[in-house]
Amino acid sequence: MSDKAVITGSIRRRLTFRLLLSSALLAGLLFVIVLNFAEKVAQVSQDNILDASVTSILESATVLDGEISIDIPYAAMAMLGNVSDDRVFYRVTVDGAHLTGYEDLPRSALQANERGRSYDTVDFLGESVRMATASRLLARGQRPIHVTVSVAQTRGGAQETLQEIWRNAVYLGIGFFAVAGALAVAVAQSAIDPLERLAASVSRRGPQDLRPVVAEVPREMAPLVEALNRLIGRLQITLTRSEDFMAEAAHRVRTPLATVRAQAEIALNRMDKPENRASLNDMIHALDESSRAAGQLLDHAMVTFRTDQLEHVPLRPSDLIAETVRRLQPVAGLKDIAITVVAPTDLRVTGDPILIQNALGNLLDNAVKYSPAESDIAVDMWAEDGACHIQVSDQGAGFPKGAGKRLTRRFARGSNSQGTVGSGLGLTIADEVAQAHGGRLELEQNPEGVGACVSLVLPLS
Amino acid sequence: MRLARLAPVLITLITLGTAARAFESEAHVIYEAAPGSPVLRILSTTDIEIFEPMLRAFQESNPGTTIDYTVASSTEMMNALMSEGQAFDVALSSAMDLQTKLANDGMARSHVSTATSRLPDWANWRDQVFAFTQEAATLVVSPAAFEGLARPRNRQDLITLLREHPERFRGRIGTYDIRSSGAGYLFATQDARTSEIFWRLMEVMGGLGTHLYCCSAEMISDVASGKLAFAYNALGSYAEPRQAAGEAIEIVMPEDFVTVMHRTALIPASSRSPGLGGAFVDFLLEAAWSGDPPDYYPFATVNPRASDETPSLRPIRIGPGLLVYLDDLKRASFSKAWLDAVVRE
Ligand SMILES: Nc1ncnc2c1ncn2[C@@H]1O[C@H](COP(=O)(O)OP(=O)(O)OP(=O)(O)O)[C@@H](O)[C@H]1O
Ligand SMILES: [Mg+2]
Repeated sequence: MSDKAVITGSIRRRLTFRLLLSSALLAGLLFVIVLNFAEKVAQVSQDNILDASVTSILESATVLDGEISIDIPYAAMAMLGNVSDDRVFYRVTVDGAHLTGYEDLPRSALQANERGRSYDTVDFLGESVRMATASRLLARGQRPIHVTVSVAQTRGGAQETLQEIWRNAVYLGIGFFAVAGALAVAVAQSAIDPLERLAASVSRRGPQDLRPVVAEVPREMAPLVEALNRLIGRLQITLTRSEDFMAEAAHRVRTPLATVRAQAEIALNRMDKPENRASLNDMIHALDESSRAAGQLLDHAMVTFRTDQLEHVPLRPSDLIAETVRRLQPVAGLKDIAITVVAPTDLRVTGDPILIQNALGNLLDNAVKYSPAESDIAVDMWAEDGACHIQVSDQGAGFPKGAGKRLTRRFARGSNSQGTVGSGLGLTIADEVAQAHGGRLELEQNPEGVGACVSLVLPLS
Repeated sequence: MRLARLAPVLITLITLGTAARAFESEAHVIYEAAPGSPVLRILSTTDIEIFEPMLRAFQESNPGTTIDYTVASSTEMMNALMSEGQAFDVALSSAMDLQTKLANDGMARSHVSTATSRLPDWANWRDQVFAFTQEAATLVVSPAAFEGLARPRNRQDLITLLREHPERFRGRIGTYDIRSSGAGYLFATQDARTSEIFWRLMEVMGGLGTHLYCCSAEMISDVASGKLAFAYNALGSYAEPRQAAGEAIEIVMPEDFVTVMHRTALIPASSRSPGLGGAFVDFLLEAAWSGDPPDYYPFATVNPRASDETPSLRPIRIGPGLLVYLDDLKRASFSKAWLDAVVRE
């Protein structure tokens, strides 16, 4: 099973992209609105001044001796020249007939508004002009007459203003987009932050750490964390249950086995027939194997349990070595094996003393078990590269060729173990203890001639 | 066969030849460079004698250019450019209103150069009409006629003087005939626009009998000879050199206001060599606005800050306001009012 996740896309990238897209849309919208507004304002201000010009011309219209007289005020045209250098055209008609001004100026097709004005954009003399038109009723004798005045102006000035505003609107849009873009990136990052923090805190955990996640997370992530915690909980329960079950099973098997073995010993003493004795011996051997296996299983369960909640006690390894050697002395004595210890007392490690002793016990047990009678076992300890090396070397046949690290697997036994009682859990336990303390187990052949050489390496405190 | 083909060509040439001079020109000079060299055609209201040094200087710095200089009245100039579409490369005129109308009606080309960009805002309209002189309408008086009188400081003084000494001034007053002089009409309309006192002055002048002139030069001559006691609105730029030459005239700048006109240059849309036209306009503007004009610049030094320094100076603004007085109705009613005041027939 691969622990690689199947990845499609990235929340951060998607979020950033969408936010950028909406900023771009908003910037564009802003630009269009500003431009539209400016165009209207420019148009209205030009219309207003044209309107003022038309009005002042209309007001100068009078009837003198039955003749229409128009006395265009200087200001009517000059005011248009004040605003810009645009070209100016005008026309006055009386009842539709041309009176004065530019006769060819197009007539506005638009209806007058409620104030009697109409504004139109037309082409005249090769340029687009804005034109305002208004009428006024005068009386000639009894007859009413319509005086209509149009004033037109080219749109260069308005266009120039618009261009200026256009430029500013572009800068505004770009500036808005830049700020919104920077915010988008920041927002995407801050949205993703708690997720990244959670991921980091979960992946920082050690392989045995099955505590629930307690880091603070935003509401949206609560279901994820709760689901994760439930999963961890179930895993934890399953694990403890199977460890418990194994320990319980081992314990329940061990006691009746001891009883059966005692009975078998008694029976053996009473037996005379060699074939009966042989089969009883086989039986006792099998019982030893079973009992050993049960004991080791129990120890292994204990080790697993204690590594879950590892104690950190300051320790003097030389004391642990002395204690272990003392416990195994009787077994070694049976085979006339001498154990020599060279252990400086000033080294310190932190950890669980019961676990370390258990590991050392298994190593010494192996050394005694796989060495010939009347040989020597050496236990040496030294500090190197910030670690405490505890080395057990014997004068036996050494590890079987090519076995290597495989022997630390559960229930793995070497080819040389034929005839010796064992379950294949000793090195497993020693290895797990070493790893729980942040150390390692090294299996080597004795560099000085024959024998195995096993080192338990623990970090110095 | 051959002859039949040739005939229409000749006829076209002849009609073109006559059409080229349909408007009435007053003088026409060609300063030929090498034969066949490009021709710069200038249409101007200014006399040849005044402009010749400038033309020669331009030709010196542009040796391969033939200059064709035509003098016409501002009205004829309008005819040539507006109605007949005659091809000229530069139009120089004292009639600011007509020049403005040409530009307003799309008959002028835009011209942008370092020389035009140096002009103050009011001396450049649409990058098409460029001012190159600054000439005040002044009161030119004969010291003999004012013997024993204080010089009038403003128009009110002048009116008072005329009322107090009618016999001294009767029949000895001169001013432009606005019917025949574009500059006169321009000055009169601007004066009328600036102050009501203009009309009172015209009334008083009309009451004493006023001689009407087409041109400043003649008015000034008559003042110098003592025929006139004073000339109203005579161009100071004409009077100054003559006063300097020792003629018996004095120049009075009224303190209430002095109308200032500009001669303007434009490049007609009909120009066949607008590049040459632009080069000449630049040459002219550079001379006019340099601050320290070269010898060949025939007018008084232009001072861009004149109206800031002397608030009574009222420069005529180039722009659509000038179109108002070109309106036929406006012109007719103004002329009528003026004639009623000054001529009284
Ligand atoms: N000191 C040693 N010399 C030679 N072989 C050894 C030594 N220690 C371990 N081995 C080999 O490694 C194998 C695994 O050792 P381990 O202690 O895990 O199991 P075991 O000793 O067989 O059983 P038990 O669980 O009872 O200790 C042994 O079966 C043996 O073949
Ligand atoms: Mg073992």
